[in-house]
Amino acid sequence: MEQPPLIRLEEVSKTYRMGDVEVHALRGVTLTVALGEFTAVMGASGSGKSTLMNILGCLDRPTAGRYLLEGQEVSHLGTEALAGIRNRTIGFVFQSFNLLPRTSALENVELPLLYAGVAAAERHARASASLAQVGLADRADHFPNQMSGGQQQRVAIARALVTRPRVILADEPTGNLDSRTSVEVMALFQELGRSGITVVLVTHEPDIAQYASRVVTMRDGRVRSDVRREPRRAEPPPPGEPAAAEEALP
Amino acid sequence: MNWFQTLRVALRALLRNKMRSFLTTLGIVIGVSAVIAMVAIGDGAKARVEAQFSAMGSNLLMVLPGTTTAGGAHGGFGSMPTLTWDDLKAIQTEIPTVRYAAPQLRATVQVLSEDQNWTTTVIGTTPDYFDIRSWPIAAGSLFSSVDVDGATKAAVLGQTVVDKLFGPNADPVGQVIRVKNVPFTVVGVLTKKGQSQWGMDFDDCVIIPVSTFRQKVQGGLGNYLGGIIMVSATGPSTVSRTESLVRGLLRDRHRLQPGTDDDFSIRNLAEIAAASQEGTRTLTTLLAAIAAVSLLVGGIGIMNIMLVSVTERTREIGLRMAVGAKPGDIRLQFLVEALALAVAGGLIGVGLGLGAARWMASSFGWQVLYRPDVIFIAVGFSGLVGVGFGFYPAHRASRLDPITALRFE
Ligand SMILES: Nc1ncnc2c1ncn2[C@@H]1O[C@H](COP(=O)(O)OP(=O)(O)OP(=O)(O)O)[C@@H](O)[C@H]1O
Ligand SMILES: [Mg+2]
Repeated sequence: MEQPPLIRLEEVSKTYRMGDVEVHALRGVTLTVALGEFTAVMGASGSGKSTLMNILGCLDRPTAGRYLLEGQEVSHLGTEALAGIRNRTIGFVFQSFNLLPRTSALENVELPLLYAGVAAAERHARASASLAQVGLADRADHFPNQMSGGQQQRVAIARALVTRPRVILADEPTGNLDSRTSVEVMALFQELGRSGITVVLVTHEPDIAQYASRVVTMRDGRVRSDVRREPRRAEPPPPGEPAAAEEALP
Repeated sequence: MNWFQTLRVALRALLRNKMRSFLTTLGIVIGVSAVIAMVAIGDGAKARVEAQFSAMGSNLLMVLPGTTTAGGAHGGFGSMPTLTWDDLKAIQTEIPTVRYAAPQLRATVQVLSEDQNWTTTVIGTTPDYFDIRSWPIAAGSLFSSVDVDGATKAAVLGQTVVDKLFGPNADPVGQVIRVKNVPFTVVGVLTKKGQSQWGMDFDDCVIIPVSTFRQKVQGGLGNYLGGIIMVSATGPSTVSRTESLVRGLLRDRHRLQPGTDDDFSIRNLAEIAAASQEGTRTLTTLLAAIAAVSLLVGGIGIMNIMLVSVTERTREIGLRMAVGAKPGDIRLQFLVEALALAVAGGLIGVGLGLGAARWMASSFGWQVLYRPDVIFIAVGFSGLVGVGFGFYPAHRASRLDPITALRFE
C-alpha cells in the first residue's frame, strides 16, 4: 500500500470577511509536502504565508478546499479533535518565541506533554532529552528572561519537538534573531529534517531560505513558484566559539 | 491534564500575583470571618441565655400580684397584694399539672455573722422552692416542712452570702447568723448558680422558712401573700396548660367577671426564653444577609480579577491551545484558579473569624461556641462562589480563537 503524503492541500482557499469587505487571503492553494522535506515558504507581506501556516497547523480551517494530513481529511474536524492533532502531530515555532514567562525552560518544554497526559517522570525525561537535543541541557532551570533570543528560540524548538511530531511549522522563526543566531537555528532545523521530521518554515530572507531543500513562493494567496534544489549546509560557527547548536550535532 | 496538575498551574498563576490574589480574596475573607466570629459569639450567648433560664427553674411559672398591664405599662407587683395563702393552697391541690407551688417572700435585710455584715435578699419559702428552682444543696441540708410548721430559725445560704460572711471555702453549717437581730442557725449551703441574664446574682440570698419570715422579717399582710407564687409544672409540655389553669382558678377565686382584667399576672419563663431566642434568630438572619452580601461582593471581585487575568494571559491561552490544550482544559484551569482563590479566602476567613471570636471571648469574657458545621458551610459556600463567578471568565477563556489569542498584544 502506498504511503499517503504527509500534507496534501487541494484548492484550499481562505476568505476573511470584515463587514462587507471580503479579504481573499488564500485563493486556491494546491500543495503536497512529503515526509522529511524541508520547505521554505517565501513571498511578499500579505501574500498569505501566515494564513497558509495556520491552516497547515490546524489552528484555522479553510473556507474551501481539502486538507489531508497523513491521509486524513482534517478541514471539517471539531475543536477538540484539532487540539489533539496539534498536540500529537504538529510542533509550532513562532517568531516571538511565545515561551511562558517566569516558567523554567524545562517546564516550558514540558507543556505539550502536560496536555498529552504524560506522567510526570516521563515528562521530565522527555523534556530534558529535548532540551539536550537543542543544546540547552544546562539551561533547564533558567527562565526565559535569563536567556538570549537564540536560546529562547531553541527552547521553543525543543518544545515543538518534545511530542515527537511529524511536522514542525515555523512562521518566521529567525525574524527576531541576528544573522549568526539565525544560522544556528537553521542548523537545528536541518538536523531535524535529517532525522525524518518535516519542516515548513516561513521566511522573508533569501539567505535563510537557501538552507531549505524546497522553496515555495506565494503571491496574492497563490503559489507562484515551487522550486526544489540542493540546500546549502548551515555553516558551523567560527572555531573557538562553539555554539550549542554545533554541540547538538552528532 | 489531570486535576493535580491543573491545581498546580492555578496556584502558580495565583502566587505570581500574590498581592492581587490576596486583595481579591479580601471580600470573601471579611464575609466569612465576620460570619464565623459572630456565629461563635451568638451561639455562645444563646447557650448562656439558655443556661440562665434553666437556672431560674424548670417548667417555671411565676404568679405575681397586681396587673401587668395598666395602659401598657407595668403595674409593679407587690404594691397591691391580691394573692392569698388560700390561692397558693388551691394551686397546690386543685391543679393536676402542678408539680410544686411555693411562695416567695423577699426582703432586703442586713445579715450579720460574728465579725462580718452583708446586705442581702432574705427569701421566705417552703422546701418545694428548692425543687422548683432545681437548686441542690452543696453542704448541710435543706430545712423541712417541720421547720416551716414550727417556724424554726433555720437558714440556707447562697454561695455569695457565705463568701461575704464567712470567707471563701468556709463551712458555715452549724454557725449562727443574725437577721434583723434574730439568730438563725445555718443548716445548709446551696450550690452556685451564677448570674441572671440581667446581672442579678442568684447566689446572693438567705433562704428561711416562710413562717419564720412572716414572724421575724416582714409580717403583717394577713390573708394576703406578700410576695409571689412560684409554680413548677409537671413537664415542659404542660407549662402552658398549667398557666391557663392557674389563670382560670385565680379568676374564679377572685370572682373576676369575664371581660375584666386579671388582678394578678403570670410569667411563663419558657415564653420569655423563647422571646429572647427570637432576638438571636433575628441576629442570625441579619448575619446571613451580611454573609450573602459580602460573598456576593467577593464573588464579583473574583470575577473581575479573573476577567483581567484572562485578558492579560490571552497569549498564554493561545499558546496552550496551539500546543494541544482543549477548550475544556483552559476552562478547567481558570475555574480551578477562581475556586482556589475563593476557598483560600474562605479558609483565611475561618482562621481570622475563629481568632477574632477567641480574642473577644478572652478580652470581654464572652462565652463562644465553635460549630464545625458552620465552618464547613462557610468554606463550601466560598467554593461555590468561586465556581459560580469564575465560570464566565473561564468560559470566555476557553472560547478564545487560538490565532487571535496568539496575535494579542
Ligand atoms: N484575521 C484576519 N482578518 C482579516 N484579514 C486577515 C486576517 N488575517 C489575515 N488577513 C489578511 O489576509 C492576508 C494574508 O495575511 P497573512 O498574515 O497570511 O500574510 P503574510 O504573508 O503572513 O504576511 P507577513 O509576511 O506580513 O506576515 C492579508 O491581506 C491580511 O490582511
Ligand atoms: Mg505572516
